[in-house]
Amino acid sequence: MTDTTEKAAVKTAAGAASTAPSPAPAPRGTRVWRGVTPWLFLIAPLALLITFTYAPVANMLAYSLTDWDGVSPELRYIGAENYAEIFTREDLFRVFFVSGYYLAASAVQIVAALYFATILSFNVRFRNFFKGVLFFPYLINGVAIGFVFLYFFQDGGTLDSVLNLFGVETEHAWLGTPVSANTSLAGVSVWRYLGLNFVLFLGAIQSIPGELYEAAELDGANRWHQFRYIIAPGIKPVLTLTVILSISGSLSVFEVPYIMTGGATGTETFVIQTVNLAFRFGKTGLASAAAVVLLLIILLVTWIQRRLVPDDKVDLV
Amino acid sequence: MNRRHILAMVVGTALLVPACTGTGGSSKGADAEAPTDPSKVSGTIKVLTVRTDLIQDGTLKRYAAEFGKTYPKVKVEFEGLTDYEAEVKIRMNTKNYGDVLLIPAVIKKADYPRFFASLGTQEERGEKYRFTDYTTVDGKVYGQSPNGVSPGFIYNKRIWKEAGITEWPTTPAEFLAGLKAIKARTDAIPYYTNFAAGWTLSGWTSVNGSVHCDPKATDKLAEGDPWAKGADLRVGDTLLHDMVKADLIEKDPTTSNWEESKPRTAKGEIATQWLGTWAIVQFRDAAKKAGVNPDDIGFMPFPAQADGRFCSVIGPDYNQGINVHSPHKAAARAWIDWFTDKSTYAQDNLAISPLKSAPLPEVMKPYEEAGVKFIEVDDAKGAQVKNIDNQSEVGIYAPEYRQNLVDLARGARKGSLDSFFADLSKRWTEAQRTAGS
Repeated sequence: MTDTTEKAAVKTAAGAASTAPSPAPAPRGTRVWRGVTPWLFLIAPLALLITFTYAPVANMLAYSLTDWDGVSPELRYIGAENYAEIFTREDLFRVFFVSGYYLAASAVQIVAALYFATILSFNVRFRNFFKGVLFFPYLINGVAIGFVFLYFFQDGGTLDSVLNLFGVETEHAWLGTPVSANTSLAGVSVWRYLGLNFVLFLGAIQSIPGELYEAAELDGANRWHQFRYIIAPGIKPVLTLTVILSISGSLSVFEVPYIMTGGATGTETFVIQTVNLAFRFGKTGLASAAAVVLLLIILLVTWIQRRLVPDDKVDLV
Repeated sequence: MNRRHILAMVVGTALLVPACTGTGGSSKGADAEAPTDPSKVSGTIKVLTVRTDLIQDGTLKRYAAEFGKTYPKVKVEFEGLTDYEAEVKIRMNTKNYGDVLLIPAVIKKADYPRFFASLGTQEERGEKYRFTDYTTVDGKVYGQSPNGVSPGFIYNKRIWKEAGITEWPTTPAEFLAGLKAIKARTDAIPYYTNFAAGWTLSGWTSVNGSVHCDPKATDKLAEGDPWAKGADLRVGDTLLHDMVKADLIEKDPTTSNWEESKPRTAKGEIATQWLGTWAIVQFRDAAKKAGVNPDDIGFMPFPAQADGRFCSVIGPDYNQGINVHSPHKAAARAWIDWFTDKSTYAQDNLAISPLKSAPLPEVMKPYEEAGVKFIEVDDAKGAQVKNIDNQSEVGIYAPEYRQNLVDLARGARKGSLDSFFADLSKRWTEAQRTAGS
């Protein structure tokens, strides 16, 4: 809605400009400067973007066509052999099952974030405090989180102690079996990223004009109706974005499992496997190809999703 | 719109071109001659090291000061890298990787002449130093380890005695019986896997050679099947598996903690760990800090005997090499020679000296008394083994396969031990065929 009002403003401004007597064309030098100026401003961000994003990606693409081992000064061009190897070895794809845990976790995460964002967008006591509490984990560095949760899941660690307080005696090794370990790790990931989703939702909800709620209340709508017919459609673009981020995030989980278990006990993800290929077995070429494949898979998933759920304009008014 | 596409393509190709040549071009082969006159050597050299702890407590500075007495014009600077392998590997794509560095495990032996200056021929160095064959390429030596290590079990003598065992077990079965006695008669954890740390499990690969007291054990890895019945690795892995299966390890290995395991072993909460001689000094320090008797920390060889004698394999720690691009090769060489021959580094770490003439350290006394035979495993095929290992993605120097083994033994992974070994054998022997050469 803010979008449409802005556009209208621009339109009227443009209209006003066209009716006004047009000024004499600027001298040549000024015109050149006008053309160049935006590029001058863009130099810094473009240079950073190219150096740190596109150049490494181009490098990776180039390496994925070689048999480079990561150190040796010699590398051979071997064409698409690496890609052929990736697509003929099913063991390389088996690790995607682990992503299922994180995908399920991100569903939980989105629902929880939506719930908290809705509640805290209404007038609740201590709402700023709770906002802080929810967002805080996202500010902590992932490595620190890994270590904190190692202690948390330890035998006799924080989790066991807390459960003890409630009279639950448990001998369960939280990271002991593949199912339990992956669930625990996915739980950590929910704890970590909940805050980000929450803030995105909260921002979207707060951009909905207050009059709508008032009008709805006058019409006798309760909180659920307000959520269903005002909030949910109002934040749909952000919701789609979050879902895309969650899916690509689940496919490329790395930090938490790498630090906590190093991929042991069936917690190896595709990215951990790629890192191991490159840095443990000296197959940098193959690993680069694996990274390219992951990139393509994520692009494909995003594309499919955009086709299934088109991003149409939202207009609440 | 079109113009932008073209621009993007130009930028893209411009990026691809240097990418392909980025690692090309490097000189090959150079010698770092030992200087004859110490007073003439000069320059500032940078020494890369993993021992960040020794930088922090000033120990390395003291060595450098001592070195300065003989070589007054050489200034030595140290740079500690915590994640050594990963960081050095990236730096070695440039010419700037210090003057003296520890040769990282990822560098292929055949590439040594591209990266390091030679210290001399093996013929000449082999007379004086141990471990020369680990860095020999075409008869020339490219590195020297300042100390030697021998794998073995760190154990708490008091606990083992309390369990009624005073003699070192001579077979894996006896060893298991010992651990069971510890479990029955004491409160200690019989064996601590340090599963989470990972490298502690990859250490089990160093049983290679001890089991049959075979100096040619590495050749067997390169040519034979390491998991055939009776082969060294299989014997070691089976022992590890049986310990886990018989529930003689910590309750939750996935959250084990290496740093904590040191004082816990000293205090007798943990009875045994498979590590190496290098760990003795750390465990004794931990004992002192915990206020318990450091002499409780004992060290025993792998439970296997050949001709009635235990066998201990002595191998090098990280080998120090000289950057082939270093402008101060003479100074760098002086440092390596001094650090290896004259410094007290090996003694300070209770380690085995790299000099063939030096006596064994005091901590190895029980070994001498028990008549343990010391061997060095011939590393001529080491590069080939590494190659097969990478090709097969088994990772005998990496933690994964043994983490899987432990998971299998404690029921967190499906399958039988035999099929587990069969799978390893299959991958290894297949890689032998393709990686051959």
